Amino acid sequence: MSTGQERIGVYICHCGSNIAGIVDVAEVSRWAGEALASQGVVISRDDKFMCASSGQELIEKDIAELGLNRVVVAACSPHMHEKTFRGACARAGLNPYLCELVSIREHVSWVHTDKAAATAKAKAVVAGGVFRVKEHAPLEPLRVPIHPATLVVGGGIAGISTALEIADAGFPVHLVERQPSIGGHMAQFDKTFPTLDCSACILTPKMVEAGTHKNITLHTWSEVTDVKGYVGNFTVTIKEKARYIIYDLCTGCGICQEKCPAKVQDLEFEAGLGYRKVAYMPFPQAVPKVPVIDRDNCTYFSKGTCKACEKFCPTNAIDFTQEDKEVVVEVGNIVLATGFELFDARRIEQYGYGRLPNVFTSLEFERMSNAAGPTSGHIVLRDGVTEPKAVGIVHCVGSRDRNYNNYCSAICCMQSLKFAHLVKEHTDATVYNFYIDIRAAGKAFDEFYQRVLEEGTVFVRGRVAEVTDALRPDEADQAGRIIVQVEDTLAGQQRRIPLDMVILSAGLEPPADAKETGRLFGISCSSDGWVIERHPKLDPVATMTDGVFAAGCALGPRDIPSSVTNGAAAAARILGRIQQKEMALEPVRATVDEARCSGCRICNDLCPYNAIIFHEDRMVTEVNPALCQGCGTCVAACPAGAISGTGFSDAQILSQIEGLLMLTASGEPRKAVPA
Amino acid sequence: MSRFLYYPGCSMDSSARAYGDSIEEVCRPLEIDLQEIDDWNCCGASEYMALSQTRAFALISRNLALAERQKNGTDTLIAPCSLCYLNLAKTDHYMQEDPRLSKKLNMALDADGLSYTPGALAVRHLLDIVLDEVGLEKVRSHVVKPLTGLRLAPYLGCLVTRPDYGHRWRSREHPKELDHLLAALGAEVVDFPLRTECCGGHMTQISPGTGFELIRRLVDAAARQGADALVTLCPMCQMNVDAYQAEMNRHYKSSYHMPILFFTQLMGIAFGSPPDMLGFGTELVSASGVLAKIGVKQPETPEAEAAGAAARKHRPKQTGLPMPVMPADEEGQR
Amino acid sequence: MSATATSTTAPAAATGFEPVILGFTCNWCSYRASDLAGTARMKYPPNIRLVRLMCSGRLDPAFVLTAFANGADGVMVSGCWPGECHYIEQNIKALRRFLLLRRVVESMGIEPRRLQLVWASAAEGQRFATEITRIVEEVRELGPLGWGRGAEQAPEVAVEAAVAAAEAAESGEGAPAASPEAPPEAQPAEVPA
Repeated sequence: MSTGQERIGVYICHCGSNIAGIVDVAEVSRWAGEALASQGVVISRDDKFMCASSGQELIEKDIAELGLNRVVVAACSPHMHEKTFRGACARAGLNPYLCELVSIREHVSWVHTDKAAATAKAKAVVAGGVFRVKEHAPLEPLRVPIHPATLVVGGGIAGISTALEIADAGFPVHLVERQPSIGGHMAQFDKTFPTLDCSACILTPKMVEAGTHKNITLHTWSEVTDVKGYVGNFTVTIKEKARYIIYDLCTGCGICQEKCPAKVQDLEFEAGLGYRKVAYMPFPQAVPKVPVIDRDNCTYFSKGTCKACEKFCPTNAIDFTQEDKEVVVEVGNIVLATGFELFDARRIEQYGYGRLPNVFTSLEFERMSNAAGPTSGHIVLRDGVTEPKAVGIVHCVGSRDRNYNNYCSAICCMQSLKFAHLVKEHTDATVYNFYIDIRAAGKAFDEFYQRVLEEGTVFVRGRVAEVTDALRPDEADQAGRIIVQVEDTLAGQQRRIPLDMVILSAGLEPPADAKETGRLFGISCSSDGWVIERHPKLDPVATMTDGVFAAGCALGPRDIPSSVTNGAAAAARILGRIQQKEMALEPVRATVDEARCSGCRICNDLCPYNAIIFHEDRMVTEVNPALCQGCGTCVAACPAGAISGTGFSDAQILSQIEGLLMLTASGEPRKAVPA
Repeated sequence: MSRFLYYPGCSMDSSARAYGDSIEEVCRPLEIDLQEIDDWNCCGASEYMALSQTRAFALISRNLALAERQKNGTDTLIAPCSLCYLNLAKTDHYMQEDPRLSKKLNMALDADGLSYTPGALAVRHLLDIVLDEVGLEKVRSHVVKPLTGLRLAPYLGCLVTRPDYGHRWRSREHPKELDHLLAALGAEVVDFPLRTECCGGHMTQISPGTGFELIRRLVDAAARQGADALVTLCPMCQMNVDAYQAEMNRHYKSSYHMPILFFTQLMGIAFGSPPDMLGFGTELVSASGVLAKIGVKQPETPEAEAAGAAARKHRPKQTGLPMPVMPADEEGQR
Repeated sequence: MSATATSTTAPAAATGFEPVILGFTCNWCSYRASDLAGTARMKYPPNIRLVRLMCSGRLDPAFVLTAFANGADGVMVSGCWPGECHYIEQNIKALRRFLLLRRVVESMGIEPRRLQLVWASAAEGQRFATEITRIVEEVRELGPLGWGRGAEQAPEVAVEAAVAAAEAAESGEGAPAASPEAPPEAQPAEVPA
């Protein structure tokens, strides 16, 4: 509340010529000192770079020597330097929340060209800041304890890396994975680029480590169903789906899988290219090594017969009466590592996937090329037997395409080069790559591209128009093959190339339930569905929600090293928090003045964080400051004005409005309206 | 009795007489009452649209206006010819999208005391009506002579499934609707890869070489699949493949013999109507072999069997790797 | 029956009128969008001045009315797109308030186009600039807001006067329209008392 005792210092930053080039900063400073003196401004300065130590020292000096108790800085956006100037005030002994930073750069000098108008607006913006800061009160940040446990959602390479980093540092991790085993997509791959390391060979040791680590609790075949709380104090409900197998009794012998008579097409691990049993472990190196019974396809569940698994299980671990279990855990931080899904190539009808037998997706090919896959590593046509003599690999399927996804999926070029190499290694086939650009930017990536070039792969630069079995009359000798019709932009002509097999490098997409996941954890996804990071350059693994981080492809397409790095970064942040044991939260909160609360309860249903509690005995509402995130909706709703929002109080905002409007568009004082 | 407004188009009485006749024949058992629009005019085909869009729309909208006036318990307007269908649908669609166009066209119509409210009619293709309004169950119930053993290649042509303003077709490139209908008649439908490829249109007059190449591709693909005939729903497609097949053969020194029939002709045969009531005999590439095949059940000669087997060779075996799961491809699911 | 809002001025071009618009932005999306517009050097008219709130849900209708009373010719309310609110769903509550507020404002004699709602995500700097430009032009066309803008009268009096003028216009008495103003400075609008 303004007491009339405010002594305000106003500082106008030039920001080099960023602001001074358009706004007459000297004039704004002069005007502020004069016209706003009645509001309490005792000193007004302009300086080249307020955020530099010299600029900050100006503030600190004035606070000490002139007894300033309020500071207004007109410079860049508060998102840039609010902390900087609050820090300067704090060092000089002034409560940092008595400082207000208003933007005359992003909002004035960078967006307007008329210097006179920009200067007038800058004055108005400064006035708004001055009027507002009068109403500021000193505040103390809220300190919350940080629970040492962490939740990692998603057991792919990103999730596993994150979990291991935190667990190795000595803190507990709950790793939740919706498939029966951890490993994610990396477990499906054959070799990884550019080193051609066997994917499973480098992944499985990590999987085993995660599975046996004393600090990691695995929740596989599980999903998070509810998240409550705030940073440092999340209460998470995990639904562990019924496996129909008693975890503690199972030895992973695999007899149930062997004896199970029912087979279905394996749409998950084998990407549809093979079969699995109904009682199954997704792959031999699964962690945990405990199978799952697929209820939807199980003979017992649909007809009441069979039960072969139960008959043969040596440890009586089969339990058809098992039910889903709910587990509630307390964690301090959450990392989302939910990964990606492959673009559905069936959507591009002209590429024939699903209709033409010998058109395959990248994941199908990974399984085919994998020695442990359905063809034991043989590159063959859909008949399972014939070796192709010519193979085409199509880049950018569903990526860089206005009709499907505009973005580049980052890994497909390298993956396509890898496929070219693998085909040449396993067969005598001629290989064609149909590309738009070759994106080989990482370490040893371009060298790999050159290697593939030297191996004799044919590169055709152009988008594939059609993959078809409709042979033209002059192609009669190509019976049984598929034709790729493509524009060869470098040769300047259309080509029809007969091939035996086509591999579509399908793009990456966020998981189908990405938006629901966002809502569950209180974070935002972009319009494409990827998790939005706090800052794309400078804070790439944090989200806007304190305590929730993201790693790996959940943030957008990226390769394995990037995913691992993301995981390590998130882990480092979290470990720092855990080690500090508590965290300071911005004191932007709502509080109810019980004396003014009439118990109308209008505010009660407005809080998405369940921070509003109604006390039946006293008929008043209370806001839990720890749960409150400071959105202010209840503050605005209260008809009695009984709820105040610190940092964004009614008085502060109304004052700011008054200040902003005290000048007309041309900078002349508007005649004040009698109060 | 289901009643629909009917815009026959110029070719029903001339080059596509077989289509017109067979439509009449099959509508009786299917209880479709087609109310021909009184005093309808030519739709301008593709020529007028190329000359002057607004005038072409005006010409077409007169038919829409007449149909709207004649609306009598139905607001569905059927056109059997693909281009008439597209022209009518396009005009209605653009009038809905662009009020200025609608105003202009209504001004022109006003000169004849007519007017058209955009969106007042649902313009549908005849095949769409047979599948959705009549339904395959009903079609099946009228089949007295199933076309067993007849191998047919469904050819829809380029205009019907694109741009598809009404969102009636499930797939733009490989629509299965005609497949479902022919299968319901008891025929064996081959997997024809060029369902929606161009027949050449007017290229047969403008640039014969191009036209013949396009016709050859269609005929060749059907022959390669071992089809006995192509089945279509567009008078232009039918005329190109039928009337120009001989010239195409001369051009390429080939000897294709691929009859092309309208789907309603096949429906009529299956329903038991006599061939001459369905326009059989008017086609230039004789369909007598087709009729013989179903009129008389003959054992397959060893040569014919081998030819059929050769054509089927490249189709995927039942063994081998599983195919990706495609969205349910049931008939009736559009 | 809402009084028909009347614009009180001649075409803006003739008078060189520069409107002042107050924009309420939310810290997470629209404020960041305005920052992004700045970083990307998008250009838009200087007639808008922004107030930062943590969330569009914080918007108290009193803020909007105060803005009009203190001389704003237009108000823009902005926030995250529905479904993307940083506080989950508070922008939906803001939307409810906004719709009701607009009706109230209209019944007070203020043209509804003076109060506008813009959703903008943090990535939509370009769009934010385009929307502001559009709103400034629309408000410029509407002219200066008749009351409370440097008038000698207190807002209540000006409101009464506006209502009376509207009623008179409705009943067809042909009350003279207020004279157009050249400089948008303190000049009382000529309305029949």
